[in-house]
Amino acid sequence: MGLVTPGLGLIVWMTIAFLIVFFVLAKYAWKPIMRALKQREQSIDEALHEAEKAREEMKNLKAGNEELLKKAKEEREEILKEARKMSDKIVEEAKSNAEGEANRIMEEAKERIHYERMSAVTELKNEVANLSIEIAEKVLKQELSDTDKHQELIKEQLEKVRFN
Amino acid sequence: MLLRFNKTGLYISIIGILMFFLSMETVHAESGESENHQEQSKEKSVDAGNIILGHVQDFHEWHIATIGETHITIPLPIILYDKDQSKLIAFMSSKFHHGHESYKGFKLTDKSNIVPVKPGTMEVDNTRQKPIDFSITKTVAGIFITVILMLLVFMTVAKRYKQNPDRAPKGLQSLMEPLILFVQNDIGKNSIGEQKYERFMPFLFTMFFFIFFANLIGLIPFFPGGANITGNISVTLTLALFTFLVTNFSGNKYYWKHVFNTPGVPWWLKFPLPLMPIVELLGLITKPFVLMVRLFANILAGHIIILGFISLIFIFGVTNAIAGYGVSLFSVAFSVFINFLELLVAFIQAYVFTLLTALYLGDAVQESH
Repeated sequence: MGLVTPGLGLIVWMTIAFLIVFFVLAKYAWKPIMRALKQREQSIDEALHEAEKAREEMKNLKAGNEELLKKAKEEREEILKEARKMSDKIVEEAKSNAEGEANRIMEEAKERIHYERMSAVTELKNEVANLSIEIAEKVLKQELSDTDKHQELIKEQLEKVRFN
Repeated sequence: MLLRFNKTGLYISIIGILMFFLSMETVHAESGESENHQEQSKEKSVDAGNIILGHVQDFHEWHIATIGETHITIPLPIILYDKDQSKLIAFMSSKFHHGHESYKGFKLTDKSNIVPVKPGTMEVDNTRQKPIDFSITKTVAGIFITVILMLLVFMTVAKRYKQNPDRAPKGLQSLMEPLILFVQNDIGKNSIGEQKYERFMPFLFTMFFFIFFANLIGLIPFFPGGANITGNISVTLTLALFTFLVTNFSGNKYYWKHVFNTPGVPWWLKFPLPLMPIVELLGLITKPFVLMVRLFANILAGHIIILGFISLIFIFGVTNAIAGYGVSLFSVAFSVFINFLELLVAFIQAYVFTLLTALYLGDAVQESH
């Protein structure tokens, strides 16, 4: 058996062995292995994809939350502002109302005082007038006996009245 | 994963180193044997050439060791087709008594050929035709061991893939997966193309792992390794023949058009003398031929170099025992180095053979340029 001369027997055995190993392994090893590798590749790919999607969703959710929080804050701010405004307005209104009322009361009081005073004065005047007439009557009754004296008294009385 | 691969390589080389001591013994014993054969030679001498050839050649028995005068061998079945009598003859090689005796009219020559002899003598009978030798030789046994190993390994791996397709690889599976993926993606997909590679993957897987396993088994220096499988021209010829057949049977019309009517070549190269088609047809044969020679020569050379270094010890040892021990230091160191290199070569040659096969297949199935 030379080193470089191929032997027919060996070629035949080699062919048989190679064909056996090829057909057996192709059916029971290579194809299942390739299928499994492909399947695994796919499942890994899918898992990665899903993780990516979940992360994206999480991000969106977080962004939504933040948006919501921001909105709530703004709303609160607005409500507070409004409330402050409202309270200010109420206080202002109350103040102006009170002032008006006070003024009105004052005015009323003043008016009343004035009116009272006037009525008092009028009453007094009437009283004085009545008194004067009474006095005059009395005096007249007295003085009419004495004409001179009458005249003097009338003068005097009138003088007094005029002073009032 | 690569680390594990290296680890395996390391184990193999450790075993390899250990086995050098064993093979040293073997070589030594054989030098003793050749002395017996050549009793007329006055001085002790070591015939390194014959020893090395004896190790890399095919044999009808599996020699394990020789201790003193006793040869420890595994006899292998001999199957002959006798053309004169048109019948198959089968018997164990032990009947030849290492070539000292004839059996059923045949004898074993020094070069491990089986020739017919004249009845009752050891003379070659030239009147009879030489039988066709279908024996289970050492190489055939090595092929069977490779096949059994491949079946065991990949059936186990495939079982795990079937059971847990979505799980991370484990054990033997994780040792083989990088190789499987390497062959599938870097050899198959890259060379043949995304669409068509799957059809050829079983063939390429078988090719790659057969060569790789056979190379590694060839590096183990003792039974059940040590058979020079891929360093045998018949084996590489068969592998190359498969490449040739698969390539040409899967060739599409563009492939054959390229062969018989190469585009972009002036017409006078094709007619009246079809120079270009002849060149192209020759190319179809030279491609697998080169594959055959490359694998054969690389593996054979590796085996010869390792054996050469070991033989050096005994060549020096015959002249002076101390010189022999001195040289053994260097020889073993170099053998270890070459053995590591051979581990690399075992992989590279499997890769190159499969890659080129895939490239040829890619050429054969690709659509028009």
